[in-house]
Amino acid sequence: MSGDDGWEALRRATRARVGIGRAGDGLPTRELLAFQMAHAAARDAVHGRVAFQAMAAALADRAVIRVASAAPDRATYLRRPDLGRRLGEGEAARLPAGPYDVVFVIADGLSSAAVEAHAVPCLDATIARLDGLTIGPIVLASEARVALGDAIGAAMGARVVAVLIGERPGLSAADSLGAYLTHAPRPGRRDSERNCLSNIHAHGLTPEDAAVKLAWLIREALRLGLTGIDLKEAAPDPALPPPGGGRVPG
Amino acid sequence: MTATGGYRILHGGESHVFADLATLMACASPRRSGDELAGIAAATDRRRVAARMALADLPLATFLAEPLIPYEDDEVTRLIHDGHDAAAFAPVASLTVGEFREWLLSWEVDAGVLARLAPGLTPEMVAAVSKLCRNGDLVAIAAKTRVVTGFRSTLGLPGRLGARLQPNHPTDDPQAIVAATLDGLLYGMGDAVIGINPATDNVEATIRLLRVLDDLRQRFEIPTQSCVLAHVTTTIAAIEAGAPVDLVFQSIAGTQAANAGFGVSLALLKEAREAALLLKRGSVGTNVMYFETGQGAALSADAHHGIDQQTVEARAYAVARTFSPLLVNTVVGFIGPEYLYDAKEITRAGLEDHFCAKLLGVPMGVDVCYTNHAEADQDDMDDLALLLANAGVNFLIAVPGADDIMLNYQSLSHHDVLRLRHLLGLRPAPEFEAWLGRMGLSDDRGRVPPLGAGTTAARRLLTAGGAA
Repeated sequence: MSGDDGWEALRRATRARVGIGRAGDGLPTRELLAFQMAHAAARDAVHGRVAFQAMAAALADRAVIRVASAAPDRATYLRRPDLGRRLGEGEAARLPAGPYDVVFVIADGLSSAAVEAHAVPCLDATIARLDGLTIGPIVLASEARVALGDAIGAAMGARVVAVLIGERPGLSAADSLGAYLTHAPRPGRRDSERNCLSNIHAHGLTPEDAAVKLAWLIREALRLGLTGIDLKEAAPDPALPPPGGGRVPG
Repeated sequence: MTATGGYRILHGGESHVFADLATLMACASPRRSGDELAGIAAATDRRRVAARMALADLPLATFLAEPLIPYEDDEVTRLIHDGHDAAAFAPVASLTVGEFREWLLSWEVDAGVLARLAPGLTPEMVAAVSKLCRNGDLVAIAAKTRVVTGFRSTLGLPGRLGARLQPNHPTDDPQAIVAATLDGLLYGMGDAVIGINPATDNVEATIRLLRVLDDLRQRFEIPTQSCVLAHVTTTIAAIEAGAPVDLVFQSIAGTQAANAGFGVSLALLKEAREAALLLKRGSVGTNVMYFETGQGAALSADAHHGIDQQTVEARAYAVARTFSPLLVNTVVGFIGPEYLYDAKEITRAGLEDHFCAKLLGVPMGVDVCYTNHAEADQDDMDDLALLLANAGVNFLIAVPGADDIMLNYQSLSHHDVLRLRHLLGLRPAPEFEAWLGRMGLSDDRGRVPPLGAGTTAARRLLTAGGAA
């Protein structure tokens, strides 16, 4: 379509797929294929592998450790979230303990695209704001859920663990990163004991802005000795609440 | 039944033992990831069918004698057993589960018979018989049921297919929500409800959205109801603040502990319903509640008591029917692949949920949907929507272009629901159908044609979008 077909006012008001036209009762071919391409990008993000080897090379000036969760492959990972929250056999022994204020975990989660695009810039920008703190080796974790950070943080004796992880892709953004911060990490921590920055991507919260917020949250978590609801309420610019509304939790 | 209280079936020289009724039900369930995650699914396909053979011989009345979750421990169990209508149950009281399936399929059993039977059925009974039904059985039996409710529109009548218009937005932006709503109205969506999942669940934001929807409804005199799907306590506070609340929404589940995880109890739901009834905002009916459910909700809250997810889900419908809701829908593909892995499992669960709810007398709709980490796509949604429309589903959910930009999942598009209506000769709620005619949005055969922007009705609505 060219020019204003009368629906332009609706399209201007939202990025929802309004005013997309009709072919009888079906979608116009262009819209049909645009939708399929967005869904394909989301699926590729879910099923793609993060190039952790290249990432480790890019982080060459830092100590890096690669670990795997107890989920042996992506199909199992999707069916068994419990396995994605536990370290694989023998992995904990490879993690060095130390007097770390912060341990960062880069986890694949549900979007390889998000991790490849935004994790390292977000990490670098955050660490640049953490002068004076002891940062542990960077842990690169595959087939990982957020709570794998609890097992990693506990094994390394971290005061706080920050997990940068690929979020479940939507059609509008397949490369959205989340950052989860947990004080005194140990297996069994509840989600209400964490702080979350979500929607980190080029058209959401930029990795640089996320780094400012994350660094602030890390310093406050160490000062107050906690993360979770109490910390969130004290934040000058509070973390974005996770979406979900009245929906049954996924 | 064996001497130890379990169940045993001998088939082809192989003996299968099921320790108790819950185990038998779980093993008889069609395969799905959630029961496997819970560690209660049948280990082999033969064991699954053997469980169905044992279940087929089980007297239906067993479920009255043996609660799957103890009466003392769970208020949903107490609700089910205290509310059971023995007189309504009488026509099927002597049947086994297998005989009950054949009885449901028989030509003599029609909408009237099933409506009289509903108070005599328990969730466990309908879950059990669903496990013996193929998908075609689930469609054919559900198609015989009829559950009619009303508020400003009448829903569930024969030959009708309702639609919830779902104009969600990631920041609850009023102008974006109005735009998505108008888009849906131009496709004839919204006769079931115009319902927003708010990005932020607080009283002020909820009241702001309620006013946006109510203003739009009044401006165009639309015979429908609106709803902001906030927590029930938020909606009670909005009612107290004088907000225009048509329906009270809440997510519910099939056990007391899972409902506690949602922050609700039966007493709280009763309080909310009474508050909404006092507003007397309905014109053709007084059904003021809207519930969402979904297989896996109880397991994700670690509150399933070892019961298979489909049976626990059916128990949520016993909660729902207590409060005479206008609308109930399962969010079947939304909960995630750890509960329903792929399109086969989502399709099956959608048909089971609709079937079980309708037999229990619940006005069931379905959000035909999937997330991007499930093995499903829009082709699969076409299939399930076609099956459900044939099964007589009360309503489906529709969002612009099937893409919910707030909840980040895919449902049906406005096009999809409109196509089902035109393909199968189904119409929207009668009051809403008349409104579409008055607005010039439907033609002389009741169809909603593609509108040129120059059409009077389209111009009026589109102008409202620009002015919002």
